[in-house]
Amino acid sequence: MTESLLRVDGLWRRFDVSKPWLNRVIEREDRQFLTALADVSFSIDRGETFALVGESGSGKSTIARMIMGLLAPTAGRICFDGQDMSTLSPDKLRELRRRFQIVFQNPFASLNPRWRVGAIIGEPILTFGLASAAAVEREVARLLEIVGLSAQDAKKFPHEFSGGQRQRIAIARALSSRPEFIVFDEPTSALDVSVQAQILNLMRDLQDQFGLTYLLISHDLSVVRHMATQVGVLYLGRLVEVAQARALFDSPQHPYTRMLLDAVPDLTLSGVRRTPIRGEIPNPISPPSGCAFHPRCPIASTRCTEIVPTPVVTASGIASCLALLDTTEVIKN
Amino acid sequence: MQLIKMRDRMNFFTNAWDSDLVWSFRQAPLVMVAALMTTVIVLAAVLAPLIAPHDPFNPATLNLMDGFTPPMTPNAMSGQVYLLGTDNQGRDILSTILYGARISLFVGFSAVLFAMVLGIFVGLVSAWRGGWIDSTLMRVADIQLSFPSILIALLIFGVARSLIPVAYREQMAIWVLIVAIGLSDWVQFARVVRGAALVEKSKEYVQAAQAIGVRPSRIVLTHILPNVMGPVLVIATIGLALAIIAEATLSFLGVGVPPTQPSLGTLIRIGQGFLFSGEWWIILFPSLTLLALALSVNLLGDWLRDALNPKLK
Amino acid sequence: MTEAVLSVRDLRVEFSTRHGTLVALDGVSFDIAPGEVLGMVGESGAGKSLTGSAIIGLLEPPGRTTGGEILLRGRRIDNLPASEMRGIRGKRIGMVFQDPLTSLNPLYTIAEQLIETIRTHQSLTASQARLRAIELLDRVGIPAAARRIDDYPHHFSGGMRQRVVIALALCADPELVIADEPTTALDVSVQAQIIDLIKEICAEKGAAVLLITHDMGVIAETADRVAVLYAGRLAEVGPTQDIIRDPRHPYTRGLMGSIPTLTQNATRLVQIPGAMPRLSDIPAGCAFNPRCPNVTDHCRTARPSLMPLQAFREVACWQADKEGPND
Repeated sequence: MTESLLRVDGLWRRFDVSKPWLNRVIEREDRQFLTALADVSFSIDRGETFALVGESGSGKSTIARMIMGLLAPTAGRICFDGQDMSTLSPDKLRELRRRFQIVFQNPFASLNPRWRVGAIIGEPILTFGLASAAAVEREVARLLEIVGLSAQDAKKFPHEFSGGQRQRIAIARALSSRPEFIVFDEPTSALDVSVQAQILNLMRDLQDQFGLTYLLISHDLSVVRHMATQVGVLYLGRLVEVAQARALFDSPQHPYTRMLLDAVPDLTLSGVRRTPIRGEIPNPISPPSGCAFHPRCPIASTRCTEIVPTPVVTASGIASCLALLDTTEVIKN
Repeated sequence: MQLIKMRDRMNFFTNAWDSDLVWSFRQAPLVMVAALMTTVIVLAAVLAPLIAPHDPFNPATLNLMDGFTPPMTPNAMSGQVYLLGTDNQGRDILSTILYGARISLFVGFSAVLFAMVLGIFVGLVSAWRGGWIDSTLMRVADIQLSFPSILIALLIFGVARSLIPVAYREQMAIWVLIVAIGLSDWVQFARVVRGAALVEKSKEYVQAAQAIGVRPSRIVLTHILPNVMGPVLVIATIGLALAIIAEATLSFLGVGVPPTQPSLGTLIRIGQGFLFSGEWWIILFPSLTLLALALSVNLLGDWLRDALNPKLK
Repeated sequence: MTEAVLSVRDLRVEFSTRHGTLVALDGVSFDIAPGEVLGMVGESGAGKSLTGSAIIGLLEPPGRTTGGEILLRGRRIDNLPASEMRGIRGKRIGMVFQDPLTSLNPLYTIAEQLIETIRTHQSLTASQARLRAIELLDRVGIPAAARRIDDYPHHFSGGMRQRVVIALALCADPELVIADEPTTALDVSVQAQIIDLIKEICAEKGAAVLLITHDMGVIAETADRVAVLYAGRLAEVGPTQDIIRDPRHPYTRGLMGSIPTLTQNATRLVQIPGAMPRLSDIPAGCAFNPRCPNVTDHCRTARPSLMPLQAFREVACWQADKEGPND
């Protein structure tokens, strides 16, 4: 039985976006807070690809940074391989950091333009003390070949490469500490479609070859469908649905998931009628009362403006929608 | 293996020659002239002890009777020809210019270096730490900017004067001068570095380094610093011209280098007294040298800023 | 047959750099009929934005148009003096840019920007123009338009801003609308709304639309016909349905195969080996030949021009009528 490699429990994150003290005094304004994440819980098993889907303001980048330890949670905990990251000593935390890595969205900003590619890929190896300086060069060459580049590329600078190649370099850097878990934050959003295909195939191959576990963050549902085994849908900082990938796409339970699926352009031109999308994502600083989705929801009722829905177990996973409490059977499409 | 290394070195030079930076240099004849002039003056100053026809600071070799000789004219008394004439004490103007330029350049370079190091340090700390440290440092910078830099230099001079015992004043004069000019100039470095560092700090490669647990000091020095050096170099070049002029101004005012080690500014001050009595060469040649130096360094700085600006490409 | 609104013939755009002259667009030709949406699709560097800029006369130097003709309702516009071109821009050709954040001036209210544009092209008094502006905002779906018209751009969300930009582009009832990646900077749910809006309004006014995008999904939903651009040359032009269901150019086939969809199941996506060539390295013959699975010697030496395939379709490929490996 696979046990969970990463577990996130009741994660909250609030940002203080108030104006400076003097401004507040003069303009008589209250402090303002932005709740980027509210009560997020999920777990990722070894070997699977968990996808977090959401649009802007959903909090998906915040989660990525919190899992990588770049941001501390306001409440809740993150457990990697059973160890609560907030209770670890700095040394133990360093040891743990070696086991998970991240690949960022922007291939142009995620590599230091003044460093040679070899130094960029080798930095984690040297920081974690995994190999001597002499062995690093060999290891870097090996990693470059694994991601489909050549060993000679180690001497070049990032600006000599295309977007897709830079993303390969970023993946090589992520692999250099021999991690078990990699977070991909919108890895292909900035890439052309044909390059995206190359990178997605590479990610698949690496996962098979090294037995990696992935957290894939994306707004592109087609990519998620292709890559993920489990999917979590975020809306304004809350997880509105978590389900096995196949089940989520075949029978989505939450109205927002259904709306997202409807919004994906239909490339197969099947002519299926789509419900028009309503409204826009509200301002996260002052979200709607009750269920944050109610202004745009086709099946909203008055109680949706008062009660914040809690997760309900469905046939395919869990979903946070008050409408699900009524039905004893699962809503089918 | 040797051949490969040699070939790599040749490639480096041909690549550098073809690079955008060097190419834009080759396209601007004015800049090439400026660079040439700067090089000539710097070389001449550095080699002053070797190429100066006379030693202007050795009282033993000075002949008061040689004073006030016009350029290229044999002296009435000794028949010696001085290329650019002599001043009131019989010092060869050419030699004093060479030695004077030496002092001016030394003070200028050192002051800029000092300002650069201090400014970069403050700028990086300010950008990385943020919060009240950032606010405090930037307010200090703002306050300093509201004073004219010469006044600040004078202030530091006055403070140093009172602190240093008389015996050491002359030795320390140059260092006090360097510190004074440097302290009046660091703010622009700090501001530019802070701005650029803030931009770099938000980029993902910094987050990537943080994600593997690299220490902040290492991140700032090895990741952020190399990326903010571009604008720093431009300011440094222009700052060099300003520092040279600042030194000349202070020496002109009488608070700069001691009179036994005259710089270009001192020479101008000396020459000013004789301008209306007809010995025009005493002030003209040092002024021209100062002008040429400051102008060519300024032009180089301008070119460098345009060449390094990616938006203009 | 009605006259085409836009007719581009053999457009050639070059960049002169210190390394030599680079050809960014080479012999691009297409027509757009009134009320029709033509999608121009290609990957980055293919030259689609350049096409839009060239048509509207806003090519940034060192790029310049060195060949071909651009005709608006039968009359050439590529050789007009700058002052006449200014009269056409906005009035007869409307442009929707990618980033609504930068296409609206943050220092002026929406009212000021709309009224200025309206009065530039139509002689109305200020109050008449304001009424028309409110009408337009209403039409593009901005709620409470009369109140919100006096807000600044930063008070609007991305989707709302893009609607305002569309209103700006359409305020003078142009005959041609060029939309350059209008939905790329927007969230998925908002993208769908904006696409529908563009389609609706243009159909209503009978304007021709040139929709430039890299997103095949947007093309599938919006465009009547599509032109596929590769390395500055047209690979294929034809009705959207036909091209998506039965792509004939190997590049289009590879492109369609590499897009993950919500319905197909594949463990690996189709991967076109290599990358689009840089402008300085375009191969001889067919630009796609180093990456093509069907390549022959003829492809390496002779450059294919757009050749008619079936009714209304053109393909630039020597092997187009043969069955491909995917069939």
